[in-house]
Amino acid sequence: MFEYAPAPESRSIVSIASTYGLFIDGDFSDGKGTFKTINPASEEVLAEVAMAAPEDVDRAVAAARRAFGPWSALPGAERAKYLFRIARIIQERSRELAVLESLDNGKPIKESRDVDLPLVAAHFFYYAGWADKLRYAGFGTDPKPLGVAGQVIPWNFPLLMLAWKIAPALAAGNTVVLKPAETTPLSALFFADVCRQADLPPGVVNIITGAGDTGRYLVEHPDVDKVAFTGSTEVGRQIARSVAGTGKRLTLELGGKAANIVFDDAPIDQAVEGIVNGIFFNQGHVCCAGSRLLVQESIADELLDSLKRRMATLRVGDPLDKNTDIGAINSAAQLAKITELSEIGSSEGAERWSPPCELPDRGFWFAPTIFTGVTQAHRIAREEIFGPVLSVLTFRTPDEAIEKANNTPYGLSAGIWTEKGSRILAVADRLRAGVVWANTFNKFDPTSPFGGYKESGYGREGGRHGLEAYLA
Amino acid sequence: MPKSAPAKAPRLSVRKTYKLYVGGAFPRSESGRTYLVDGDNVALASRKDARDAVVAARKAQPKWAAATAYNRGQVVYRIAEMVEARHGEFVALGVPAAEVDAAIDRLVWYAGWSDKIAQVTGNANPVAGPFFNISSPEPTGVVGVVAPASLLGLVSVVAPAIVTGNTVVVLAAGPQVAITLAEVLATSDVPGGVVNILTGNAAETAPWLASHDDVNALDLTGVRDTELAADLERAASGTLKRVIRPRRKVDFTADPGLGPMTALLETKTVWHPKGY
Repeated sequence: MFEYAPAPESRSIVSIASTYGLFIDGDFSDGKGTFKTINPASEEVLAEVAMAAPEDVDRAVAAARRAFGPWSALPGAERAKYLFRIARIIQERSRELAVLESLDNGKPIKESRDVDLPLVAAHFFYYAGWADKLRYAGFGTDPKPLGVAGQVIPWNFPLLMLAWKIAPALAAGNTVVLKPAETTPLSALFFADVCRQADLPPGVVNIITGAGDTGRYLVEHPDVDKVAFTGSTEVGRQIARSVAGTGKRLTLELGGKAANIVFDDAPIDQAVEGIVNGIFFNQGHVCCAGSRLLVQESIADELLDSLKRRMATLRVGDPLDKNTDIGAINSAAQLAKITELSEIGSSEGAERWSPPCELPDRGFWFAPTIFTGVTQAHRIAREEIFGPVLSVLTFRTPDEAIEKANNTPYGLSAGIWTEKGSRILAVADRLRAGVVWANTFNKFDPTSPFGGYKESGYGREGGRHGLEAYLA
Repeated sequence: MPKSAPAKAPRLSVRKTYKLYVGGAFPRSESGRTYLVDGDNVALASRKDARDAVVAARKAQPKWAAATAYNRGQVVYRIAEMVEARHGEFVALGVPAAEVDAAIDRLVWYAGWSDKIAQVTGNANPVAGPFFNISSPEPTGVVGVVAPASLLGLVSVVAPAIVTGNTVVVLAAGPQVAITLAEVLATSDVPGGVVNILTGNAAETAPWLASHDDVNALDLTGVRDTELAADLERAASGTLKRVIRPRRKVDFTADPGLGPMTALLETKTVWHPKGY
């Protein structure tokens, strides 16, 4: 492995205040108490952030309700221009926001800079163009917005998930109250500033920070017309339950346990890159991660040798270093969960392997890990680990691969690696998953709908399909 | 030759036994229970019948979904032909002739959607990179349906579910009409298990469908009691079923739009790189 000199991205481009309030009705205000957000790579406190109490959620929903009338009455072309403005401001402030995201989340700067931020800007740009074309989208000739959307997002792609939620909601004429995750509130609060820079009317976007209780109060609020949630399947079930009987519209983007299927005729080097990207991208904190590798038995040894060689070159460490491949685990709690499931993997009889890898002393870290000899009964083959941990299973025939791939309550994504076109199409048809990557993995685009089958949730985000969740 | 023939006894008619329709067969309820509707003893379906029907629906689903759209369209069209042939029978059961006509026309309308819905709801996506990317609809899977009592209502919930490749377990409200429709289905080239019809008390059986792990979606169009609808939606949340909520007033004679089909479709997006 080549030794690289440190190549840190400068932190000076971003200036983080010591405290942040709640963004309600175009202004920042205090909540009831505060909580700290830390840099998971160093455990350093980045800022103190307001904790929204029920009365703060009430204020935010009331602000969104007041703003809804005028915002939905604006000509679509005018709403579009606000969204185009936001897209441009994000492009202009892209490096600042990328550094901020890596500081608060722990993801490598090369990912926040080259994946998250470009996709965030592109998402606003894409939906901006829909705002004055809604009647051509295929959801009726006179589609109407729903009203106030309550949106709760996770910590793995903080600003990108915000974009997936806010851009289509606003384009369709809704107003929003969004709650970012407790461990990654900062980029949403910077986005509030982007809204102010864009002169977005007060109340159209409200950002409230807090923990699970804040989110629960928001989605259960009687004056919220639409709930959109990205996060765990467990919380998704609770939300579906609480929304039952209220008539609120609901979309859920939940967990996954994607199969990445490698057939014996696959281009091995490309497949190995795809496997590495599939499970180690963003530390494996990806709901659509390719966390179950299904490899055809005849090439299993060759593929695993190659995969291990490749894993030995992965650089784990400082998220702000431009050469870093794997950054910090987002929180102590997540690290504990990954550690626990990995120990269960070993105790249930799977064979654990990680490359030699020096981890920093402070912060939350987990070496890239694979388990071989995994069976479908193992918990590491069934439960979402949400970390850099890959479970390897083998198969002999395409039918067996498909059956194993579908043998999960989840159905978010899947991968297929083979040079045979007809096999790709036949296997893709039979996989019960919302996104199928063939000879590629973890590709995202604002025009491409994303979302799951079965217990991975319902509704789609992105593309023309993504508008449906915000229109009546 | 006798002087006069003895008076001819009036012919005794052969009555129909109204049973369940599960897996293409007409079994009685495993519970042995019946209830009386307009003088007929009708099978009163149990939890076990609901579960058996889910097994039948799941077994039939992959093959039905894999049938060509052209084939599914012809099968649904064949249902329309068979309802037309039994027009008088539905009228004799009290269905207004105009409603039977509307039900036939609704089936013909949906038959035509089989090979068009993917073109209307799917599309290629112009992603910013060298990739082929396409989104297409696929059936959700097994759908539990609490059906409205009318023939037109029943057809209006069953047809959109099956023409898109789903299979259904229907809790029917008007039992004689529903089982007569089952007899139509049994003679319409609809594979056994694609439509399963249970008669009885939906409030008793629906909760078992709502919480069943192998049911993917729940259509509550026929539920009139809002409390029951909310309870069923809550029960469905455990497995994150797609739920079609009951609307306060449904005009089944109006154009249904795409909603009854799209609510039971998933969108699958497939990516592949382009290159030499």
